[in-house]
Amino acid sequence: MKNPPFVYHQAHSLSEAIELLATYGEDGKVLAGGQSLLPTMALRLGPPEHVIDISAVPDLDTIGLDADGGVSLGALVRHAEAERSDDVRRLAPLISEAMPHVGHRAIRTRGTVVGSIAHADPAAEMPAVCLATGATMIAASSQGERTIPAAEFFDGYLTTALRPDELLTHVKFPAWSAQSGGAVVEVSRRHGDYALAGLACRVDLSGDAVTDAALAFFGVDSTPVRVPEAEAALVGKPPTAEAFAEAASIVSTTLTPTADIHGSTNYRRHLAGVLTTRGLKTAASRIGVSA
Amino acid sequence: MSNTTQVGETASLACTINGAAFAVEVDPRRTLSDVIREDAGLTGTHLGCEHGVCGACTILVDGEPARSCLMLGVQANGHDITTIEGLANGDELHPIQQAMHESHGFQCAFCSPGFLMSTVALLAENPSPTRAEIREELSGNICRCTGYESIIKGVETAVELLAGNEPEQTGQTGQTGQTGQESAQ
Repeated sequence: MKNPPFVYHQAHSLSEAIELLATYGEDGKVLAGGQSLLPTMALRLGPPEHVIDISAVPDLDTIGLDADGGVSLGALVRHAEAERSDDVRRLAPLISEAMPHVGHRAIRTRGTVVGSIAHADPAAEMPAVCLATGATMIAASSQGERTIPAAEFFDGYLTTALRPDELLTHVKFPAWSAQSGGAVVEVSRRHGDYALAGLACRVDLSGDAVTDAALAFFGVDSTPVRVPEAEAALVGKPPTAEAFAEAASIVSTTLTPTADIHGSTNYRRHLAGVLTTRGLKTAASRIGVSA
Repeated sequence: MSNTTQVGETASLACTINGAAFAVEVDPRRTLSDVIREDAGLTGTHLGCEHGVCGACTILVDGEPARSCLMLGVQANGHDITTIEGLANGDELHPIQQAMHESHGFQCAFCSPGFLMSTVALLAENPSPTRAEIREELSGNICRCTGYESIIKGVETAVELLAGNEPEQTGQTGQTGQTGQESAQ
């Protein structure tokens, strides 16, 4: 439970951080809030030889308002800051919905939103929020900057499309339509624990019909996953309890969650179905529709 | 220039702990909790799990609650740390300590420093939390003795003490109707 030895690097600028990653990224890890990295180091699960501390890098701690009406979170924005932000609540409400579920308050005061996304725990809320909102990852390296759509970012358990020399500097969440309702719902053994199953969902309405829907589940696979068959079943229909129940039934027959000590495959499948109706109902209520 | 500290070398840490300046050279792999306990000699911060689950090591960093086992000592550089030792004024207990004592919120008390620091943070932000808010706020702290009810009662008593009210006695029907009488969640 004591951290293994490592070489500690403190970067004071983005260019320094990128340079350090270019040299040590293969055997290194980025330290921002440390709420995922330090437990894995304490448990000595694949400890890094180099720790690159970016907490002193300027300008990464900002919640940026984008020209298109969206929001960009820098790599040092802590969960608690996103949770308190009126801009986030107004422009990216699904993030605000997710925050109370992330760990406990003493974790949210230190942990960063972007760090949670880069860590890519399949049971974490924010990677699923990225899928449900269509977020864009902005990664910087010595070769320049590139953008990665959320749909192409999560490769596997704790694995992303980031190269070892890249730093996830920002995550950009697109403008949230006034016709969109969203919800984050989950079932966990204790408040603040990782979810047995969870859902970040978005439903877009025009008139009395669903025009688009996103159902992004977490805790049910090695990455967060969308269920396109269930989403497609919602489109074109009015947002009714029957339509939500049909989507839920598709979800619980499509997903194949792994069983573990906390729950069987069938139990998690059942939870995913229950969460589908619960999440969609809450999402619809956010835009004044009761189903 | 980036600063690099090789394995076996130390880095400088300067912060304040409970209002007093504190400076030490630390191996970067050491956690803030170990620095607080071993270098600053403040052993009131307890270590249960050392990987962020139990909450016993909760301290305040710039007034906000944090797990000191999930911070490297060097990450506290330039920050203001408050530990359990920073609560009492000499022999005079902090109102939250007094309230927890009166409500039998301490049994073996290993978890108590974490619960108290979490409560300080909660009541600083929300001076009159509901029972549900107290339960949610303290959900990050594990106690294996009390069953939590006496701790939650302690927080409710602290709310009264801090508001300058005479706390109601445990077990009596509340006259204010504000504390402890809501049904358990």
